[in-house]
Amino acid sequence: MWDATLLTKVMLAFTIILSAFPIYYMIVIATRTNSDAVDVPPPLLPGGNLGENIVRVLNDPDAQFVTGLTNSAIVAVSVTVSVVIISTMAGFAFARLRFRGNRVLLLAVLLTMMVPIQQMGVVPLYRVMVELEWTGQLKAVILPYLLNAFGVFLMTQYTEQAVPGELVEAARVDGASTLRIWWNIVLPAVRPGMAVLGINTFMITWNDFMWPLIVLAGNPTVQVAIRNLNAQHSTDYVMIFTGTTLSVLPLIIVFLVFGRQIIGGLMEGAVKA
Amino acid sequence: MSLHTDYSGPYAQAHSGPQVVPPSPRGSRNDSPGAVRRLLSWLDLKASPYLLVSPYFLLFAVFGLFPLAFTLYYSLFDYELTGEQEWVGLGNYTELLADDQFWKVVVNTLAMFVIATVPQLLLALMLANALNKRFRGQLFVRMGVLLPLVTSVVAVSVVFTQLYGRDWGMVNWILSWFGIDPIDWKAERIPSWLAISTMVDWRWTGYNAIIFLAGMQTIPRDLYEAAEIDGASKRRQFWQITIPMLRPTIIFVVLNSTIGGLTLFAEPVMFYGGRIQGGSDNQFQTVAMFIVEKGFNNFEYGYASAAAWLLFLMILVGSAINFMLIRRIGGRK
Repeated sequence: MWDATLLTKVMLAFTIILSAFPIYYMIVIATRTNSDAVDVPPPLLPGGNLGENIVRVLNDPDAQFVTGLTNSAIVAVSVTVSVVIISTMAGFAFARLRFRGNRVLLLAVLLTMMVPIQQMGVVPLYRVMVELEWTGQLKAVILPYLLNAFGVFLMTQYTEQAVPGELVEAARVDGASTLRIWWNIVLPAVRPGMAVLGINTFMITWNDFMWPLIVLAGNPTVQVAIRNLNAQHSTDYVMIFTGTTLSVLPLIIVFLVFGRQIIGGLMEGAVKA
Repeated sequence: MSLHTDYSGPYAQAHSGPQVVPPSPRGSRNDSPGAVRRLLSWLDLKASPYLLVSPYFLLFAVFGLFPLAFTLYYSLFDYELTGEQEWVGLGNYTELLADDQFWKVVVNTLAMFVIATVPQLLLALMLANALNKRFRGQLFVRMGVLLPLVTSVVAVSVVFTQLYGRDWGMVNWILSWFGIDPIDWKAERIPSWLAISTMVDWRWTGYNAIIFLAGMQTIPRDLYEAAEIDGASKRRQFWQITIPMLRPTIIFVVLNSTIGGLTLFAEPVMFYGGRIQGGSDNQFQTVAMFIVEKGFNNFEYGYASAAAWLLFLMILVGSAINFMLIRRIGGRK
């Protein structure tokens, strides 16, 4: 539109510095010693203790940090795969197939986006997990997250845009079955939408805290491991900050690699919503 | 969250074509392979859509509907540590409404929601307006603005908590330049609300700015060009064109923030060293934390379930109020 003024540029630069500073500070402390961490004024440049600190965190028996990282990876990958597949299937049906109840069912999906099921249903879900003796096991965290109303909504929108109705009709004339159309025509066309949903789901699942904290006693995900680290070594800043750095690193890497797609996907989703 | 649930456009178009039955090779009535194929394809046409949506609805029934219904059921019982349950009807609800701690956490939650959300959305609007201008390095700047969102909530809450430390925290150090005495951020309600709200703002302002930006980019340029010709100032254009045209996006963002703000959990938990009580005197305990404390520290399942339903009620009322407020912005078009 119009060119940015100097004032605008200064404001944007200031915003970026504010955005990045806590993360930068976290990394700085992760490279230093505990006496540096309580210095006034605080250190603003990295030191040389990173390797040593990482070894200390990974070997700490209370935090179970390696377990946490592994568990989070398993949970986030399984949930992402499932959400993407389920959402793509349902999105295709809602966008391009005719069946009784199409609109009512889609409306039901949309309404459930308003319900904070995670907070609402936590008591009965926990009791079910206790009955099944699944507490402390990863399936207790994976199963409730296999579906996602937002994913269905996003893929419905995306399919409408990316898969022309005529293409589906033409494939039918050629005798293709519905599942074949889904597999051979829809899936290749909606791949960018799947990528956005996948990255999004991965980040949300990796970040999840409340349910794993409740149900995974003794077998933490990485977020719960940080909390344990924090609760047991509350003054060992270096250890805590090294742990948090390790937990954020995978997300930052994903973001640096897929930044353009993530932003594009967010903006697209917002416009269609 | 859809604001336009009208699918008649592309949906109708997609299915307005002729009913297609795969051509049978010879087309004769007695041709049984053809009849079988027709039957199969009829079945495919009728059944496949349900096959495709059923995984979602089956899982939703188990992990969504069932817990919701059972939360309602549990909320009508009193649970003992031994697992005994006793029907109390609406007893848990009346007890909650007389519980000082519950009112305290409701006030905490609402206060943090307002303190965090109002400046955040105004900042996000300004930021989006700035991002909507032409400058070099667009992608870099957008990534910078979005960086907080992709980091871990728990990790960053730990960092902020240290920055807000009473003795060695950077915030107090900076305040000391202005002659302000060190503040014990965790000790009192209002300082703790402010500290936690900044964590929420830090994380979500950039995200909301990107969403607003997306909305702004769909506003037709000629509206601005016409206003320019009429001599409207940039500020006037912002309030008279951008904000009213942005209304659907603002509704989306505000409803999202309402749900997120009223279910706040990780930040206040980490602010108190990973514990659920939200300060020595529940100064910054939220409703979500209250539910977990009652349910999983005290095993008062019925009480926690009743609180969960009241939380849902709060979200419904909050969303409705916000929705009505925003519809009034910029008049009706």
